[in-house]
Amino acid sequence: MLIHSKRATPGASSIVDRRTLLKGFCASLAVASAAPPQNTASDSRRPFRIWDEHCHLASVPGDTPEERMTALVRWADRLGIERLLLSQGYCAELHPTPGQFREENDRVMRAVRRFPDRSFGSVYLSPAYPEFSVQEFNRCVRDGPMVSVGEVEADKRCSVPEMDLIVERAASMQVPILQHTWLKVGGNEPGESTPYDVVALARRHPEVQFVCVHTGGDWERGIRIIRDTKNVSAEIAGSNPTSGFVEMAVRELGAERVIYGSDTGGRSFASQLGKVLGAEIPDSAKELILGGNLRRLLAPVLRAKGYRV
Amino acid sequence: MIDVNVNLSRWPFRRLVGDEPDGLVAGLRKRNVTQAWAGTFDGILHQDLSSANERLANDCRRYGPGILVPFGSINPKLPDWQEDLRRCHEEYKMPGIRLHPNYHGYGLKDPVFAELLHLAAARRLVVQLAVCMEDERTQHPLMRVPPVDLAPLPDLIKNQPGLRLVILNSDPWHDLELSQKLTSTGRVYFDISMVEGVGGVARLARQISVQHVLFGSHYPLFYFESALLKVREGGFTDVETRAIFQDNARRLLEV
Repeated sequence: MLIHSKRATPGASSIVDRRTLLKGFCASLAVASAAPPQNTASDSRRPFRIWDEHCHLASVPGDTPEERMTALVRWADRLGIERLLLSQGYCAELHPTPGQFREENDRVMRAVRRFPDRSFGSVYLSPAYPEFSVQEFNRCVRDGPMVSVGEVEADKRCSVPEMDLIVERAASMQVPILQHTWLKVGGNEPGESTPYDVVALARRHPEVQFVCVHTGGDWERGIRIIRDTKNVSAEIAGSNPTSGFVEMAVRELGAERVIYGSDTGGRSFASQLGKVLGAEIPDSAKELILGGNLRRLLAPVLRAKGYRV
Repeated sequence: MIDVNVNLSRWPFRRLVGDEPDGLVAGLRKRNVTQAWAGTFDGILHQDLSSANERLANDCRRYGPGILVPFGSINPKLPDWQEDLRRCHEEYKMPGIRLHPNYHGYGLKDPVFAELLHLAAARRLVVQLAVCMEDERTQHPLMRVPPVDLAPLPDLIKNQPGLRLVILNSDPWHDLELSQKLTSTGRVYFDISMVEGVGGVARLARQISVQHVLFGSHYPLFYFESALLKVREGGFTDVETRAIFQDNARRLLEV
């Protein structure tokens, strides 16, 4: 599935730059007798189309959203990452106010405006403020450029009834919901969701696609929790690159339900991308995980917004 | 390419691709690794470290001659650990040792740690100190082990003039001031296996000097490609890339 931007942008030049940079790295690898580049399918050497589903502007150098986005694109170029799905802006608050949600969404939209061919925005909302969240969804998604909901993270677990209002708005535009989850052995933060919460919510809304962000961190349990709920996908971002994660997810869920994201800037693109490129799975599965699945989830809203899908 | 952080044998909590020695070596060769400093997962929990180190030495010789370089495990809380150190050096000809203070139940202020550093330095052994093995938040509920607190290290190193120390599995960003203090001694190095943040390795290299950054993958517990791609993400020059991939490690071993 190919998605072309409806806008004329500097994208073509950025692709050329990316290739040049990759060639440059190949040269430096040759100097060091290192391995060849890994971000191509082994059968044909064609590059994977990599879309990163989980990016933030936090912990990225720069004084403005535009500067931070410029830095992110520079790093993404080195790894051949084509698109970044941004959310949460600079936010490090555990309990943001409606004003802060709005400010962070504005930052994301500024960053996306600077690189419209390299990024999409995802609206930051919370079931702690359901009415405000609906208004913000309308402002940023229905009437604005954003294409998904989340990473939803703050204040209340996503299984609460207040989340239903947000999900119904998402359903009205067929946008996916990216829901933060963890399963910390020492206990989650108050209000922090687990994969169990995502499953409970997803079963109330079988027509909506959910992404179980981090797959609970403890992925061996997270994958089992979501296994039987078909409208929930596993996302691999934001945890150590522990071997076996992607293989187990593909084995238990199918490659169609596994999505690459990085959780940059707190994480490197590289450490998370390595989970997929280093996994013992077919190239066809890697293509789905690295971007095919995200493009499929976003296709309805992208079509509605005038992108050629 | 020299990988300063791989392990042989079995991780106790899951099977891994590459947890048989021939598979590990095949995986390293496939990725053009020419030398790998190999510890053993057995060194974390086994009490009979003498046999664990002997197996490590034998496996390196049998399966990875010319590639696998054994780094034996020393637990200074075990009786007669000094004999394990002697065997690693004299019998198995290991160039260094690997320590797991958190799994072995001591802090770095424990006098036995200073004694161990002193004896290792006297034998001119490289000391690798693993801060952790995995994310503390995702450990087995019956096996929760906090990471090693490195705060006492600067004072200890002052008193060990011949010591060469490699910190494995840490993110020096967590306490950049401490990391800078350690690398300013000229004798402390960090591997990149758990360095995080976008462009994290390059930003770190600017803070502590690229000469103190080593390529370590934590393979096979971690995907090898994660460490490899961190270097690519960093946008290093050819000289810097070569330093991280091999020159720094080679110089460290040759000192």
